[in-house]
Amino acid sequence: MKKYLSFFKMRLMAGLQYRTAALAGLSTQFVWGTMEILIYRAFWLEHPERFPMGMQALASYVWLQQAFLTMFALWQWEQELIQSVRTGDVAYELIRPMDLYGMWMVRSLALRLGRALLRLPPVVLLGSLIPAPYGLRLTISPAVFGLFLLSAALMLLVVCGMVMFLYALTFHLTDPNGVQVVATAAADLLGGAIVPLPFLPAGLRRIAELSPFGAMQNVPLRIFGGDIAGADIPRAMGLQLFWAAVLIAGGWALMRAGLRRTAVAGG
Amino acid sequence: MRLYLRFLAIHVKSAMTYKTSFFLSCLGHLFIALNCFLGVTFLLNRFGDIGGYTLPQLALCYAVILAATSLAECFARGFDAFPRILRQAQFDRILVRPRSLVAQVICQDLKLTVASRLLQAVAMAAWAIRAGAVAWTVGKAAVFALMILCGAGVFFGLFLIYAALCFFTLEGLEVMNIFTDGAREYGKYPFGVYGRGVLWLLTALVPLALIQHWPLQYLLDRGPWQYGLLPPVSLLFLLPCLALWRLGVRHYASTGS
Repeated sequence: MKKYLSFFKMRLMAGLQYRTAALAGLSTQFVWGTMEILIYRAFWLEHPERFPMGMQALASYVWLQQAFLTMFALWQWEQELIQSVRTGDVAYELIRPMDLYGMWMVRSLALRLGRALLRLPPVVLLGSLIPAPYGLRLTISPAVFGLFLLSAALMLLVVCGMVMFLYALTFHLTDPNGVQVVATAAADLLGGAIVPLPFLPAGLRRIAELSPFGAMQNVPLRIFGGDIAGADIPRAMGLQLFWAAVLIAGGWALMRAGLRRTAVAGG
Repeated sequence: MRLYLRFLAIHVKSAMTYKTSFFLSCLGHLFIALNCFLGVTFLLNRFGDIGGYTLPQLALCYAVILAATSLAECFARGFDAFPRILRQAQFDRILVRPRSLVAQVICQDLKLTVASRLLQAVAMAAWAIRAGAVAWTVGKAAVFALMILCGAGVFFGLFLIYAALCFFTLEGLEVMNIFTDGAREYGKYPFGVYGRGVLWLLTALVPLALIQHWPLQYLLDRGPWQYGLLPPVSLLFLLPCLALWRLGVRHYASTGS
């Protein structure tokens, strides 16, 4: 356990590096969030009656989306890991007295957490400075905030479970690029990156909410905005837990099967 | 131009070596770009219209931006990879060759995947035109072509700025993404939708509205025909871009490796 913990700390530090890059990225994310909100504002001002969430909930969603981007964005692959499977460098990792799945999982968790921690405070600060319906929601009860944190942790597990599943898949494929791109596109659509899930047509929305992608940013962000409330919270979080378990178990089994077949060419 | 085509052929050949990978990534890009417009479709289906624009009209608007960025990228991808070129001191080699610097950087790198985006732009424009987005006249068709060509010019200028700044910072500035990748994203809606502040910023500072919002008003019969003359004006933007590039080249000192 201790070795995983120290590995976690190591990768967390790595995620916390590149502070200047994060600062530079900040302005991009701020502009991106602003433009996004301006668009929804235009729709909201013209047709408030057809708006499926409160404007405040939506604004919170957008700002938190920017703040957590590096945590849940599926396309933040660690190309190193994928390359190591292709080139055979993975052999060096296998020599270590650690379970490969556990090690990579810890690595992904830590890096995503570190990167997000770096970008989170400034975006949250800026978002909360913006006036009422367009800024980050500030009146939030401690209980809901606690649930939000818990759900965000579950999101991290689901995301890393999904990413690990795809990494494990690279043991079975020669070119994982296509699968990655398709998964990214699916996550964009069904995860609520393109439009928040309430804006999807009813049928697609149901599918999305039940899919593993709907167990990612969708849940914590909408809990924070007050869009998922009451009895819906435990249901949504239960689904998150379910998908985290399925993805982790599936990824682990897939990797084991892959490793059993893997033959590293010597040289 | 002949030089450019030669480079193009070389890059096509090298990409074709990995055929499956190439087609898969083309397909993926198409999927992602399509996704982006799917969002617009969902919102429009729910709300009916935005700022008086209908879905086919927005598709036309997006097609213009998509075509313009893709065209610019076909030619200017080398600028996008410029931080790498600088760091690996490939620029030294470029400097000693007896050809124009800009022309050579253009030829450095090509991403054929942008071809899929170009294809999407054509398909969307075709759909928008069939759905009757615009009551066409000869003048309007000319303005439409101008929007795309001059748009490519403006984006080219933005890439040039990006590369020029690399002379000073030696690494890519993520901030420029706001105007390159970002503009492609926001460009799915006419810039007027974002409110007056954004519209004026994109008219006066970075003239993206001159190739999108204003001429679009003329195309859709929402404004006077004079708006159709604005796209060429946007090319004035290239002057400061080139000046900055010159300044950057003069500032360049080899890494010496």
